[in-house]
Amino acid sequence: MTLIRDAARVCKSKNAGPFELTVDVVFDDAETYRKVKATGVLCPALFSRLYNVPEEHVLFTPYDAAFAFKATFPRLVPAGEFGDTDVYGCQQHAPLLDVDLPI
Amino acid sequence: MPAKEVRLLSATAILGYGFPEASLKAGMARQPDMIGVDGGSVDPGPHYLGAGVPFCSPIAIKRDLRLMLRAAIEAKIPLVIGTCGGAGGEPHLDLVAGMAREIAREDGLHFKMALIHAEQTPAEIKRRIATGGIHPLAHQPALTDAVVDRSTRIVGMMGPEPFIEALDNGAQVVLAGRSSDPAPWAAMCIRAQLPPAPGWYAGKMLECGATPSIPKGHDSLFVTVREDHMECEPMNPIRRCTPLSVANHSLHENSSPIHHIEPGGMLDTSDCRFEAISDRAVRISGMKWTPASQYTVKLEGVELAGYRAICIAGTRDPLLIGRLDNFLESVRSEVATKAAAFGATPDTYQLGFRVYGRDGVMAAREPVRDAVPHEVGFVIEVVSRQSREMAAAVLGVARANMLHTDFPGRLCREGNMAFPFSPSDIDVGPVYRFSVYHVADVTDPREMFPIEYETV
Repeated sequence: MTLIRDAARVCKSKNAGPFELTVDVVFDDAETYRKVKATGVLCPALFSRLYNVPEEHVLFTPYDAAFAFKATFPRLVPAGEFGDTDVYGCQQHAPLLDVDLPI
Repeated sequence: MPAKEVRLLSATAILGYGFPEASLKAGMARQPDMIGVDGGSVDPGPHYLGAGVPFCSPIAIKRDLRLMLRAAIEAKIPLVIGTCGGAGGEPHLDLVAGMAREIAREDGLHFKMALIHAEQTPAEIKRRIATGGIHPLAHQPALTDAVVDRSTRIVGMMGPEPFIEALDNGAQVVLAGRSSDPAPWAAMCIRAQLPPAPGWYAGKMLECGATPSIPKGHDSLFVTVREDHMECEPMNPIRRCTPLSVANHSLHENSSPIHHIEPGGMLDTSDCRFEAISDRAVRISGMKWTPASQYTVKLEGVELAGYRAICIAGTRDPLLIGRLDNFLESVRSEVATKAAAFGATPDTYQLGFRVYGRDGVMAAREPVRDAVPHEVGFVIEVVSRQSREMAAAVLGVARANMLHTDFPGRLCREGNMAFPFSPSDIDVGPVYRFSVYHVADVTDPREMFPIEYETV
């Protein structure tokens, strides 16, 4: 069992503007990145399930040059709106940490 | 003849975040062509644009500004700051311009200053709506005159062109309202006849100061831009840029890591290469720039949502924690009755209970639902559409009922809540919400951004 928290160098979330949240998972080297990409675990369906958002609202981009995966999807509510819990969107990464990567 | 290059020094991530003076000195010793800093961001939320105040303290902003002004004037190079005062509206630009004049007086500095305005008048935005020149972003509804009329303040986000004009007209200090973060840096490169791609990429690095380095911190970054690449290096010897730290920064605050939409075009980083050129400097090449067929200016606006009052409390009572949802519902219904009695019917306010220790950070997206915490913290919140006084009044009822409302099995007969403070209630004041997040088509990238010049 290899969890993202053990395999990744970076796992973070942040606003991409006031209406969207963007989540990044970055690996140390090309080899680890290639293996993770080959598992197919990091994909739009994963973010759809973890963040309870329709899959078609997830913009998922692997970025080979940076050994990184990025997913962007709508925030629960716009930044600063009544009910927002995280104005900068920087504490929404935790559900990813325990995702198992069969590498 | 040496290859053409532009040398750029960014003091820190945001004007007012601070930086070590030694980092600025080290950067100035490298003889930059321009010194700059990003003055703001939309990330701290709608309040600052609405209230017309900065999110860094004026004291901290002035400290950073003084060191940068002295350095730039002494070295006879431009100082350029985008998104002044945090949100880049008129009061924000006024604040920083006033500080620059004050510092000049105090320190005996003289320079030509340009102020580039970014706040838009409602009439102008409505004129653009009428001609069909405004389009929504991020699935927002189409902009209407009614939303414009309701909005407290609307700014346009400028690209490099107004900066180029101000520099061409001889301004040594350029203070701008809302700007695309990389625009001041891209302006300097485009003005020097370098291709746009490395200039925009340089701006993406410089707008966050030393953030693309490790360990991350608010500090200075030096970037050298040439025809087909750029090199970046932090100025503090405790930090270094690595290919990974730099590549990682291209993910920052963008919806796509490879397609970065900017005013006037798109920076494509798909084929970027990151090479270490020393143990602390990185060369980035392979970026591409595709001009847009239509130049667009992003608009940001906010409207008043009401008035907020909050109260912080906590419980350590397992009997209460065991039936929290039912308890909060009882409190909500008590508040509805009692607040209606003094004129605050439930349609005039929003009442929220943020439960820290349960789902205070992730709300409906919190996956852990079965944990039983031994204590929980609450932020009780009221946003009244009526008035500040009414927000305080409804909150007072909510606080008192959190303290005293009964629940089955209750043993703590004296009160249910631990309040850490007296007074327990905090008047937060006006609350804003984003109302405009659109783009405007423009013919001339400068047409929404008038420039004023003065001799300081």
